[in-house]
Amino acid sequence: MHVDEKTVRRIAHLARIKITDDEAAGLESELSAILDWVEQLSEVDTESVEPMTRVVPISLKQREDIVKDGEKPNEIVANAPMSGDDFFVVPKVVE
Amino acid sequence: MTDLTKLTLSEARDGLVAKDFSATELTQAHLKAIEAGNDDLNIYVLPTPDVALAQAKASDDRISKGTAGVLEGVPLGIKDLFCTRGVRTTACSKILDDFKPTYESTVTQNLWDAGAVMLGKLNNDEFAMGSSNENSAFGPVVNPWRRKGSQDKLVPGGSSGGSAAAVAAGLCLAATATDTGGSIRQPASLTGTVGVKPTYGRCSRYGIVAFASSLDQAGPITKTVRDGALMLKVIAGHDPKDSTSVDVAVPDYEAGLQEGVKGLRVGVPKEYRIDGMAEEVASLWEQGIAWLKDAGAIIHEISLPHTKYALPAYYIIAPAEASSNLARYDGVRYGLRVPGKDLIDTYEETRAAGFGAEVKRRVLIGTYVLSAGYYDAYYLKAQKVRTLIKGDFDAAWNTVDVVLTPTTPTPAFAFGEKSGDPVQMYLEDIFTVTVNMAGLPGLSVPAGLSGEGTPLGLQLIGKPFDEATLLRAGQTIENAAGRFPIPERWWV
Repeated sequence: MHVDEKTVRRIAHLARIKITDDEAAGLESELSAILDWVEQLSEVDTESVEPMTRVVPISLKQREDIVKDGEKPNEIVANAPMSGDDFFVVPKVVE
Repeated sequence: MTDLTKLTLSEARDGLVAKDFSATELTQAHLKAIEAGNDDLNIYVLPTPDVALAQAKASDDRISKGTAGVLEGVPLGIKDLFCTRGVRTTACSKILDDFKPTYESTVTQNLWDAGAVMLGKLNNDEFAMGSSNENSAFGPVVNPWRRKGSQDKLVPGGSSGGSAAAVAAGLCLAATATDTGGSIRQPASLTGTVGVKPTYGRCSRYGIVAFASSLDQAGPITKTVRDGALMLKVIAGHDPKDSTSVDVAVPDYEAGLQEGVKGLRVGVPKEYRIDGMAEEVASLWEQGIAWLKDAGAIIHEISLPHTKYALPAYYIIAPAEASSNLARYDGVRYGLRVPGKDLIDTYEETRAAGFGAEVKRRVLIGTYVLSAGYYDAYYLKAQKVRTLIKGDFDAAWNTVDVVLTPTTPTPAFAFGEKSGDPVQMYLEDIFTVTVNMAGLPGLSVPAGLSGEGTPLGLQLIGKPFDEATLLRAGQTIENAAGRFPIPERWWV
């Protein structure tokens, strides 16, 4: 599977990672090599196989739907690069 | 006085109980060892001597009052993937910057509740993505082992390279680690240490920086099998904060260790005899089979037919999950922010500056395989292959109790030897990754030295939640093989 530079740039934008021209060229060959290598999975007949959803066959535990934590906005914004009045501050989104 | 950094975890525990030395003395000895070795080995990304000495003092108080916990006063290293309250946690990525969690991971909380002491945070591959520890934002860890007659730097394996190197070098008594595709067992093999990857769900993932959530599992790296048993008992157990942690009883792993393997059925999978396996690895495997047979085990050749597809399926599933998990690093709520011209541009600049090359590669692969039109061809296909891989093991458990394989295809390699070719590096995990795909427990135990004089491990794979049998078989190998302390502490 060859991934061209245009696709690399589209994927990088979807992943919200800015890439340089040099990086784009390197990633084109690296991603293509990885996708070529995983291509061997097409040899496996999976026609009647269910996809794995969980490795341990247990049912999830239930619990009461009650609030047990919270009321600590200071802690929540403690690591924010920018905050004000216990809100996260981001660049203007709507003009 | 004996060198306290050469003790095993269980010897140290016994010595503390017998008051042969204090927790403070034991901790100081390790802090001194870190000071002497960390410049050369780059094992700790953040030593925490103040925390350690305060905890050690509290331990000494509890010991004198007779209220000691099961790991009272033993100094440990913590992989920098575990959130530690108030102590910088980075996953060895620039994107987490100066992140100081306001909460504690359940695994580390369990250790502190048992009285353990934290020496500091250990180096690892960024977001646990790597097999050589060369992908850390803090630079690579140096393997304390060197080839005979050589001073060349070798990698310690990864991603828990700091954890494995710390234990091997005596810079802690034992360490926490995590394993998504082999990140506990592979570095354990390359450093002569014991690594236990528990069954998926055995330990809580709460507070561990997520890489691939359906594969990640925490476990110990230790000097001996007994130490692994001791530490696993403390960190395992159900946690309401992780819905995938399983509520099954945690046995006393230490109790049955010396019961031997008489009558135990050991499977040897023929698909693991791959081209390119080093001759010394193949002969060590034969030696391991002979040791177990001599101890009364029954050896069966078995077939795990989908083995060769585990690694390519892993390199679809793990990057797909990683691309989703790592979407949270957007420069808004924590970590690095690189301002851009608008919000989208801020995301893109932040993630460009914050992620290293391997992390970007995997996020992009993951984004690609999950993107519109490709989901069925890649992700769904890989999850079907995963069902087949688990089916191989389910069938094997009808005839065997454990499976014995090598841990790695080669001994420790030099810096830069495999980092130029991603696929070549991925092949490091060829024997370990099946275990994560099937959610099984696995253990690597040191079994011998390569021709170059560097350590090699054997891997045992067990039934779900049967870590006890794994540890017992591992103890049998350790009894036969002996232990592999580092011949010379050249960094002191």
